[in-house]
Order: sequence, then structure tokens, then C-alpha cells
Amino acid sequence: MSIAAKPAHSEYHPRWYRRKIGTFWWLGSWPYTRFIVRELTSVPVAWFVVLTIALVVAIANGPSAYDRYSELMKEPLMVFVNGLAFVFLLYHSITWFNLAPKAMVVKLGDRPVPGILIAGANFGGWFAVSIGIALLVTWS
Amino acid sequence: MKRLEEPFFWGLFSAGGVFSAMFLPIQALLFALLIPLGIIHPSYEHLHTLLANPITRLYLFVLCSLSLFHWAHRFRFTLFDGLQIKHLNELIFTMCYGGAVAGTLYVGYVLLRVH
Repeated sequence: MSIAAKPAHSEYHPRWYRRKIGTFWWLGSWPYTRFIVRELTSVPVAWFVVLTIALVVAIANGPSAYDRYSELMKEPLMVFVNGLAFVFLLYHSITWFNLAPKAMVVKLGDRPVPGILIAGANFGGWFAVSIGIALLVTWS
Repeated sequence: MKRLEEPFFWGLFSAGGVFSAMFLPIQALLFALLIPLGIIHPSYEHLHTLLANPITRLYLFVLCSLSLFHWAHRFRFTLFDGLQIKHLNELIFTMCYGGAVAGTLYVGYVLLRVH
């Protein structure tokens, strides 16, 4: 061993006191569980993006590719997973719109606009946009 | 370096949160539930016409890309803070944002191919 080799530890240095936190610390309390569930709604978001891209590919590749995509989407397991993912996607939307007034305070003159109005405007916009897209897709 | 990137990624996360909250549920309801269950049946021609419209494609590009960056940000911090997976931080960072970048490039390529 050469003299230049550095020691792997420094002597008499105290160990940091850190409490070990387990993987499932958030299961013990309902608000923590809700927080983690809210963060995990990002997984259904990504899942529906993947399905959207697959749909675009299918439509681009022609009617027979679209038929194959439609058959896959009709599989009972697919419908079950999508139904479950849809519930969590709704949870994402609702928690997001409720958070918006807390993240951004809008002032009208000197007074802040009440949070409930901003959340209300978000929900109103959401329904309007949803009805618009539904009409675009179904009306031909 | 980290301090410079963080507001940028947070901006993408936030914009993606708005887009995915506004637009994804109705698309999921229509294309993943109502159409497969046979409740509504738009024709292939109609869907193709919709998709051929440049506005639809621009909209889908922005929606998919921002939603993926939203996922990347949230999922990274869920694994880090939520599930306490701290030793794989760099790998998780690369997988999440790398996935979002790859998804953005791929959906852009696919949307350009439609005609």
C-alpha cells in the first residue's frame, strides 16, 4: 500500500443521524396516501399518451391497421385496464384544477380573485373542451 | 447545473399538467372506452380526415409531448421521494426525461407521416 493512498474514512468523524424511511411510509396516513396516489396518476397519463400514439400510427397505416387496433382495444383485459386508468386520470384532472388557484393567485384590481372562481372556471373550461372534442369525433 | 434546469422542467411539468387534465380524459373516454364498447362508432374515413388536418396534428403533438414531460417529472419525484429510491437517481432521471424526449421525437415523426 502506497503512502499516497487516501483513507476511506476519517477517524473520529461522527456518523450522521438519519432515520431510515421505508418504501411504504406513505401508507400509514390517508393524506400521504392521497398525495402518492395523485403523483402516481402520471402513470395513467403516460399510458393514454402511448395509446394515443398507437391510434395515430394505426390510422396513418390504413383501414386494416385501424381494424387491428380496434380489435386490441376491445380485449376485456384492455377495457378493464383502461377503465381503471380512466378513474385515476379523472383524479389527476380534478386535483390539478383544484390546485390551480393555490399555485397562481390572480388579481382583479387590488383584490385576489377567490380560489373557488378560478377552480370553477377551470372545471367549466374542462367540460366545454370535452364536449367540443366529443362532437368533433362523433359528428361526421 | 441542476439549479438552472429545474425551473425549465417544472415549466414543462406544469404545462403538461394543464394539457393532460383538460384534454386527455375525453380522449380516453372516447377512444379507450366508448368506441371499444361499441357505444359510438365513428368511421375510419372520418377519423382519418380529422387526423389529416394540420391543426389536429399540431394539437396532438403538443398534447403528447407535454403530457410525457409531465409524467417524467412526477414519476421521477414519486420514485425519489415517495418510494425512497435514491441510489438510482441518475438512472431514473435519464429514463424519465429520455423517455419523454424519445416519445416526443417519435410522435412528431408519426404525425408528419400522416397524409
